[in-house]
Amino acid sequence: MENEQLIPIEQFCEYYQVEFAFIHSLSEFGLVEIASIEEKEYLHHEQIKDIEKLIRLHYDLEINLEGIDVISHLLQKVESMRIELNDLKNKLRFYES
Amino acid sequence: MEFIDYYKILELNKNAIDSDIKKAYRKMARKYHPDLNPNDTVSKIKFQQINEANEVLSDPEKRKKYDQYGKDWKNAQEANQYQKERTSQQTWKNARGSGQGFTDNFSEHDFSDFFESMFGGHSGGRRDSQVKYRGQDANAQLHLDLKDVYTTHKQTLIVNNKNIRLTIPAGVEHGQTIRIPGHGGEGVNGGPNGDLYITFSITNSTRFKREGNNLYTDTELDLYTAILGGEITIDTFDGKVKMMVRPETQNGAKVKLKGKGFPVYKKEGEFGDLIITWQIKIPTHISEKEKDLFKELSRVVAYGK
Repeated sequence: MENEQLIPIEQFCEYYQVEFAFIHSLSEFGLVEIASIEEKEYLHHEQIKDIEKLIRLHYDLEINLEGIDVISHLLQKVESMRIELNDLKNKLRFYES
Repeated sequence: MEFIDYYKILELNKNAIDSDIKKAYRKMARKYHPDLNPNDTVSKIKFQQINEANEVLSDPEKRKKYDQYGKDWKNAQEANQYQKERTSQQTWKNARGSGQGFTDNFSEHDFSDFFESMFGGHSGGRRDSQVKYRGQDANAQLHLDLKDVYTTHKQTLIVNNKNIRLTIPAGVEHGQTIRIPGHGGEGVNGGPNGDLYITFSITNSTRFKREGNNLYTDTELDLYTAILGGEITIDTFDGKVKMMVRPETQNGAKVKLKGKGFPVYKKEGEFGDLIITWQIKIPTHISEKEKDLFKELSRVVAYGK
């Protein structure tokens, strides 16, 4: 990974006012990937949007980590089904036209 | 402008105590939160209504004013004007940890006209003024024709009064959504901008039907070429091509022209196939000589002579 795309976890936690332990817990659940470089830990900037969503689920909606894990999985399924539904609608348009 | 029943929105009665309001708000927020209802505009509207209802009912001053004026909200406008002249700057609690609301999906533009007429513009904010927040994501729909998405091209869009120059890749599908990072709403206090999501609505004004990367079309074939075979020039999506027709080609027979279909999304130079269905045209207004020849042909077929 290029360094300018990596954000130090400490900086991220201060910026978003979240606990360090929370990010580590997300990593343990496989929901975020932490990069370790020379004993410092970083988050890749492409993950930021997803982590923001996880922060909202936990801090705003008071959903625990197990719940977040389940919800993430279900949201992925919902997105796959949305894409599949769109493909099927396009196929149907083909036969209706 | 209609009166908004905040108690009804949160499914509460008018005697609800603070803990009831908080409980109801949390329950409904979990149900309609945009993160849990992606691409759902109905839930998004409902979530804004829930937030607004909570904004009023969880604030003792606002609730008192709302209960006092209620459906007689027009009088509140005059009272509000008086209040503006007396009000000192308000301070707001940081949303996180206070249980007073949500840190995202909520800006001063999300309040209804009813709210603003009763309580004025949303001065200050529930956010800590030193914290930077990412801007909201924006959604837009782009209407194009099939011809437009046959090639990769640039297009200028106006989103939220800003010109955005986009590259539209060839082969996008109807209903497909692409993300343009950083072109959504502005960040708060210097935070990063949100993203812009564009959903394509593609109409088809051509004679070709599209299914994925393949195109389908019916093409007329004269009777003589169908029977004897030969060369024919047909229309493809972007031009013409010569092809050989096999003898004794039947009506409704299909032929696949590889690589003459639609471009594959994000794979330059790669194309689907064009599938042609032959529609054999029976000649009309035939001459007497042609009729005689057809009669002779029918005798040969019937009697072998």
